[in-house]
Amino acid sequence: MKSSNIKEFMRTKASPSDLFFTLTGALVLLFIIAPLLGMFLKTTPSTLFETASETEVRQSIWLTIWTSLAATLFFSVTAIPFAYLLARKNFPFKGLVTGIIDLPVVIPHSAAGIALLGFVSRDSVLGQMGSAIGLNFIGHPAGIAIAMAFVSIPYLINTARDGFAGVPERLEKAALTLGASPGRVFFTISLPLAWRNILSGLILMFARGMSEFGAVVIIAYHPMITPVLIYERFGAFGLKYARPVSVLFILISLALFILFRWMAKPKSNEKS
Amino acid sequence: MLSLCAISKKFPGFELKEVSFTVEDGDYFILLGESGAGKSMVLETIAGLVLPDSGSILLDGREITREKIQRRGIGLVFQDHAVFPHMTVRGNLQYALKALPRVQENTAEAAEKMAERLSIISLLERKPATLSGGELQRVALARTLIQKPGILLLDEPLASVDHQLKSELRALLRQIHKEGQTILHVTHDFEEAISLGSRVAVINNGMIVQEGTTHEVFEHPRSNFVAGFAGIKNFFRVTLSVKNGKTKARTGPVEIELITEENETEGFIIIRAEDLVLSREPVDTSMVNHFQGTIQRIVPSRSGCEVTLDAGILFTALVTSTSADQLGLREGNSVWVHFKATAVKYFCL
Repeated sequence: MKSSNIKEFMRTKASPSDLFFTLTGALVLLFIIAPLLGMFLKTTPSTLFETASETEVRQSIWLTIWTSLAATLFFSVTAIPFAYLLARKNFPFKGLVTGIIDLPVVIPHSAAGIALLGFVSRDSVLGQMGSAIGLNFIGHPAGIAIAMAFVSIPYLINTARDGFAGVPERLEKAALTLGASPGRVFFTISLPLAWRNILSGLILMFARGMSEFGAVVIIAYHPMITPVLIYERFGAFGLKYARPVSVLFILISLALFILFRWMAKPKSNEKS
Repeated sequence: MLSLCAISKKFPGFELKEVSFTVEDGDYFILLGESGAGKSMVLETIAGLVLPDSGSILLDGREITREKIQRRGIGLVFQDHAVFPHMTVRGNLQYALKALPRVQENTAEAAEKMAERLSIISLLERKPATLSGGELQRVALARTLIQKPGILLLDEPLASVDHQLKSELRALLRQIHKEGQTILHVTHDFEEAISLGSRVAVINNGMIVQEGTTHEVFEHPRSNFVAGFAGIKNFFRVTLSVKNGKTKARTGPVEIELITEENETEGFIIIRAEDLVLSREPVDTSMVNHFQGTIQRIVPSRSGCEVTLDAGILFTALVTSTSADQLGLREGNSVWVHFKATAVKYFCL
């Protein structure tokens, strides 16, 4: 808020309703900040530093980041064109299809893990295909990535679909009449114009994948991603040992999130 | 030459019914109709964005009804320009060039040549968001013309620009046409049709109701719809001349004084029927145009009576029934018609 805005805000007399809404807002904010702040305050920089130097912790954080990134990038190849289809075409049972996309968000993630386990286990089609090239999804980063993608892909599809829907169809039609093929129209018009939304979707999917616990723990307890490591430390050693890892993971997630958001932010000369 | 033969297409709640017309090479063809009459649909069908249910489209003898959009050789300029916002003006022009099967010239050079032709050379590195409506329209035109289309389709190109810009763009379109470009221009504005078109087709409810030269269609509207839609009553082909500092338009035996800034001497004039004042005797007023004539017929209309009189040319005046009664207007009566120079609207050819 600019200082002039603050001054103006201070000058206006608050009505009782303003007070009520401000109070509820403050309570909600407090509800989010208080537990996190409490955890941060209870962790000294020295314990944080010690935790960060543990190989197990470092490996798990690195594993979490790259599996989620890989899942996001790999599945974006299919999710983005699918989002375009959803934004542009009408087809029978479109409502049903949109509902199916949202399913991973609403089902319990441990249940999603159980479902996925059957899908990638050694006697499933996918499991057998994996075995043929020496890949066993259970307890493997590939399995972790699949579990992460399953629960986070709706975020990418929905955000990218909104982005494509916001691209005026006339521009695509104009490109077609200028002789561009449908593929060229997609890559040179639709994709660049929906890019900001797509990037937001990618960031959301990546962030959601990194924070996944329920589905991943069923497919792969080991190698341990950080959410599983936190859970394990809590179960085996208690709150005190789980806290520094949690703080470290939150800090790194936040840093990445802020970095990506900054990268996705429109440059001042692009705003118009 | 572009020919549409019995093009029909059903949309939910609307249909094109056996639309046929021919645009000859070098024509400036106007498709005139109210909004929702199916004009834009016709353009999109010609461009290939919409496939017709039946009928055929021929361009220079080549059947293109089901031809790919990209291979039709047709340029379409949309009403809202559809200039790509994420590319510079240069990027927009080059986009069109890259799609051509073989580029004879250097693309940068071709873009510059076209930009110069449409006076947008100084805008080449600018992003569309920084351009005015008129500049965007020029960019859209340049981007389409750079492909040297067999026919240029324009969808309401002057609909969303102010008066000043309108005459500027009209002059530009006239110039493009003069340079040999065949144009099919869709509009709801009969003034555009008169000032630009060499031929006009009027479309109503998905059907072509009349087609002909601009003069034929407006002078002899074949249906009430055409006459009523345009609302044109006193429409004359004229030759301008300047005498003693006054501009006169001659049509048949009659000379009408008017005010115009146009320099071209050949054109049309329109005088709204509401602007004609009738009297039984000559009167002294500030109006400069006075003609005596004989009433040929009096027809009741929605807003009073339409009085047609022969004063060497046929004038139609709109008066209220009360005035008609007070003046005692009867067919065969001799009356005077008066109107101001400013009531005369001139459109050059």
